[in-house]
Amino acid sequence: MIDERYSAPYKDKKLVQAIASRLNMFQERPMRFMEVCGTHTMSIFRHGIRSILPSNVELVSGPGCPVCVTSQADIDAMIGLAGQPGVIVATFGDLLRVPGTKGSLASAKARGARVEIVYSPADALKIACANPDHDVVFLGIGFETTVPAVAAALLEARSRSIRNFFVFSSHKTMPRALHALLADPELRIDGLLCPGHVSTIIGAKAYEPLAETKNVPCVIAGFEPADILQGIYMLAKQVYEGRHGVENCYSRAVTWHGNERAIKVMERAFEPCDAVWRGLGKIDSSGLAISPTLSMHDASKHFGMWSQTTVTPDPRGCLCGEVIKGKKRPPECPLFSRACTPTSPVGPCMVSSEGSCAAYFRYSTPCRQEIAEQQIP
Amino acid sequence: MKSKYVLMDHGSGGLATQELVQEVFLSRLANPFLCRLEDSAVLEPLKGQLAFTTDSYVVDPPFFPGGNIGSLAVHGTINDLAMQGAEPAALSLGLILEEGLPMEDLHKIATSLAEASKNAEVPIVAADTKVVPRGKADRIFINTSGVGCVPKGVKLGSDLVAGGDAVIVSGTIGDHGVTIMASREGLGLETSIKSDTAPLHKMVYELLKRFGSAIKCFRDPTRGGLATVIHEIASASQTEITLYEEAIPVRPQVQSVCDLLGLDPLYLANEGKLVAVVAGDAARNVVEAMRDDPLGMDAAIIGKVNPVNGPGRGRAILETTIGGKRMLEPLTGEPLPRIC
Repeated sequence: MIDERYSAPYKDKKLVQAIASRLNMFQERPMRFMEVCGTHTMSIFRHGIRSILPSNVELVSGPGCPVCVTSQADIDAMIGLAGQPGVIVATFGDLLRVPGTKGSLASAKARGARVEIVYSPADALKIACANPDHDVVFLGIGFETTVPAVAAALLEARSRSIRNFFVFSSHKTMPRALHALLADPELRIDGLLCPGHVSTIIGAKAYEPLAETKNVPCVIAGFEPADILQGIYMLAKQVYEGRHGVENCYSRAVTWHGNERAIKVMERAFEPCDAVWRGLGKIDSSGLAISPTLSMHDASKHFGMWSQTTVTPDPRGCLCGEVIKGKKRPPECPLFSRACTPTSPVGPCMVSSEGSCAAYFRYSTPCRQEIAEQQIP
Repeated sequence: MKSKYVLMDHGSGGLATQELVQEVFLSRLANPFLCRLEDSAVLEPLKGQLAFTTDSYVVDPPFFPGGNIGSLAVHGTINDLAMQGAEPAALSLGLILEEGLPMEDLHKIATSLAEASKNAEVPIVAADTKVVPRGKADRIFINTSGVGCVPKGVKLGSDLVAGGDAVIVSGTIGDHGVTIMASREGLGLETSIKSDTAPLHKMVYELLKRFGSAIKCFRDPTRGGLATVIHEIASASQTEITLYEEAIPVRPQVQSVCDLLGLDPLYLANEGKLVAVVAGDAARNVVEAMRDDPLGMDAAIIGKVNPVNGPGRGRAILETTIGGKRMLEPLTGEPLPRIC
């Protein structure tokens, strides 16, 4: 049973507004923070957090939406799998409507491909057991948050000899991508609001090299309004005091060392590989390939598919790449809310429930014009 | 021996069909119109304008805490009539059964249809059953149509909504959506929440009798949820509506499931709740009157209609629990397919 009492205090209006008013102490200079995680982006929009921030604090959305950073080549490969005879594709629901170069999983499903929505990789394993005459491929996207569960499913498949279970791994790891992102001289970021979920696995320590080498304040925050405001406050305080360290304001879930058991499971099933990120390009050792000891469950080997390293261009006019890097805001994209809407998305940032274009569209586009929440009277 | 499952034969129109109709339906739904077994029911003239609606029900799973597809099919169509201020007079029932549906399930659903119709005092006067081969439908689909009459003097519509009006919801939102979500296989969610499926016509009748033209419109926030309905009202009336998130009743369990799955209760389906826009000075009394009805005991004023000209017309704004503001957009995409 889930208990609301756990999260309710972090939605308290007085608490949130008290933190917001303390932010006013740091009004001397403009500050630009990136919320790395897609769940942060959605929470910020849903609660109208931008509308209560002082005007000198700007938030930009980062590359933390797994669907959004998956390369077009990988999306195409996944859709291609869905059309093959004897194959059942098991996927998280977010991927269903992501447009490939030709069609989407949803359109493949409509034409008769077997595509099953699952809530965990363990469910995909169950489907494999129930359909021994089919090859069941789980589409593995996501960061360190979801990888341990996929790793556990792979290890179980091996130990139980479930030979018709495969994973197509497009998994990615966060710290290296952040390094690559911050190496971009055009990107002006005063601090990173680090992802809460990913950090429960990798621990706060994972951001230390980033804070040190890039001189950027890093604060790990949870997802309720008070968590996010406190994270922003701690970032602003670091900037104000000229510091750049790693701080954790989500200690009820995140430790310094992370979840070492989950990391071990991950390391048993996966090994680092180079990966192409939409918007960021190829980043060394930022992806996870299935370990050779589990190659019998590796869909890319079994089906002879492309690996993670193929670079394909984004759809014409689509600025998802720039949006993921925090360089452009969704309304600056010429396709936004015109050719690209949640009902007929062009780029992945519009289709994913955690994508920043979807967030902008859903929560802040009256009359489809660029209106930030601040301008609501 | 009687079949334990629905067979193709049951839809043939022959003897098996007659037996099925008699044993499953007529034994429960009996009324003078239906029992004639003629090609159509002939009703007495209605006193007022005729309201006529139809809705199909494909909910997955067909059984869920708080009801099943049968009660839902009766309540949903009654509510569609009631939202126009109509007093429901009669329903029709069309069933599409998948070959292999357990007969026990069909009996349960028929019992539920009959109880819902009896409790609501709206008879099912015409019915039809078809069976399709296994795999060509998913267990059971139901269509109900309904007729009712709008009493003289009753005038409702989003176009009557104006600045100064208040927005009221008759109870907690998201119960049905979360119940269906949690009932689906594979989620492993255990909750104590049940669907709110219920007929609202008696509440509507009482409210119209007491408050008359102070009530501008009723809407039932089914698919698309509260947010979509509010947006539609703002859009149709060319007003600006502000909702206060703090005032919107949401059960803590519903909120928890939403937090866990990344859903927004404002976009979840309800099957026994209504939204009323009423004249501002009548709002408190309307809420009190709703609370006298067990179906409205959590009724609350949740927002207001702002008088606007120019920009801002046709939009809805949510003031969030933390005091932030954001736009309230209609539902896009499909968060939960086959919810009703």
